[in-house]
Amino acid sequence: MIDTGDTAWMLVSTALVLLMTVGLGLFYAGLVRSKNTLNTFMMCIAAIAVATVTWALVGYSLAFSEGSWFIGGLDYALLNGVMFDPIDNPFFVDADGAQTIPHLVFFAFQATFCIITVALVSGAVVERMRFGAFLLFAALWSVLVYSVLAHWGFGGGWLVAGGTLDFAGGIAVEMASGFSALAAALVVGARKDYGRQAILPHNAVYVLLGAGLLWFGWFGFNGGSGFGINNLGVLAFANTLLTPACTLLMWFLLDHLRGRRITAIGAATAIIVGCVGITPAGGFISPIWAMVLGFGVAIPCWAVVAFRPRTRVDETLDVLAAHGIAGFTGILFIGFFAQAEWNGLADGLVFGNPEQLLDQVLAVATVPVYAFVVTYLLLRLIGFLMPLRASSQEEGQGMDVIYHGEEAYATGEGAILVRPDTPIEEVLAGTKR
Amino acid sequence: MKLVIGIVRPEQANDVLESLYNSDVNGFSVSRVQGHGGELDRVETYRGTTVKMGLSEKVRFEIAVSDAFVDPAIEALCEGARTGEVGDGKIFVVPLERVVRIRTGETDDSAVTPVGA
Repeated sequence: MIDTGDTAWMLVSTALVLLMTVGLGLFYAGLVRSKNTLNTFMMCIAAIAVATVTWALVGYSLAFSEGSWFIGGLDYALLNGVMFDPIDNPFFVDADGAQTIPHLVFFAFQATFCIITVALVSGAVVERMRFGAFLLFAALWSVLVYSVLAHWGFGGGWLVAGGTLDFAGGIAVEMASGFSALAAALVVGARKDYGRQAILPHNAVYVLLGAGLLWFGWFGFNGGSGFGINNLGVLAFANTLLTPACTLLMWFLLDHLRGRRITAIGAATAIIVGCVGITPAGGFISPIWAMVLGFGVAIPCWAVVAFRPRTRVDETLDVLAAHGIAGFTGILFIGFFAQAEWNGLADGLVFGNPEQLLDQVLAVATVPVYAFVVTYLLLRLIGFLMPLRASSQEEGQGMDVIYHGEEAYATGEGAILVRPDTPIEEVLAGTKR
Repeated sequence: MKLVIGIVRPEQANDVLESLYNSDVNGFSVSRVQGHGGELDRVETYRGTTVKMGLSEKVRFEIAVSDAFVDPAIEALCEGARTGEVGDGKIFVVPLERVVRIRTGETDDSAVTPVGA
């Protein structure tokens, strides 16, 4: 039965989650050097383009139609049968209370999750990966990694069917992107200046505004993952406010202890870490435990952010720390502090159900390995077909001019207008490429 | 005394700084400039508007040195700024009539010698 109130909220949530990808683009763009602003932003925009299409063609079906323990089937390929009635996959129909929103709305909501996950991975390879190679990678990754892990975590695959709790994507979104980012950084390699020169964020205001937009959108991401107006969704909504606020305070403290200063870019990172931490646990833990999670999740993520620059691994925008490690922590936290009194489903270890912890450990033991290995092999394969990265001269000039023929901060000084009727050969004569 | 002016690619500026420090040249000014020097134009398109960018971003180093440091400064600029492609930039060396250090009133060679050197 379709419920109009549930459907209305899910339409809004879908739009909120789509805005997150644009917010992520702004966040990432502020963190890179000005010559790479547009390319970095465009990787997120490209994720919207590529992942939406692959999701409609096969990705959604492989994640959410009836299939095996490992991957879904092709029942919904090309959106076959995805219409106005609720989803008819027996896994969802038989679950406690079938869905009350049109299948099309469920598809669109889940599409925005696939999009942002692809966009997240780009943070590992910005400032040097070729744009064309990234487009191909994004298309294949959205199916080979995202769809498979979405099936495991949401769509009836072995983890969700076995009792692992993941409210809004600690498995398919956060751990998948974080550990894939590590693999991508290893295959693509470090930027030429990495570890040799200081490479600084070019606009900290973008970073804060981007983080703010992400947080705003996250109310749809977590608040919509109850698929309607219900206790789980409302609990997740409130927890999405509480957890990141606590993470911010803890991050302030850690920043202050290390450098005697509380940093703005640290704060932006803390917002993301808090939102990621509560993503898997949102509807399953009480508000007070969500606050504890907020303080706790800051510690391992802050430590990885601090440690990573000491290595040669140029995982440029710390996707592993902010998403992989925070998602990992959130998934495990459920195993300890899930509370049936709040979620109506299961208790964790602390409330007398040690088996839940075992189910959560299964996820953190397998998902990072799958994401890392498949991403590693996929990029090696693409690397055989085409170069993955720009030449070092191109890297010096910046990706914006090389791949997009635009500058983020063009002044127009010295720009000579080319009349629209000039033949293209004449325009290109005596110019670069 | 000479004023050594080096105009280099922005992406090489950090390398130039490093090689200047290595040559013990540590007094200079840096500014962002735009210029044109025989390199090929870039074509950029913003929706329907296509333009040739005739000016490139450059970084200009101005280094006032005593005669003994002219060659080290030039060598450091070349070492840091050279990529081998057209557009690496130029170095101009011009005579300096007078230099004054504002704080102490020292003039000429002692004014271009770093404090404590």
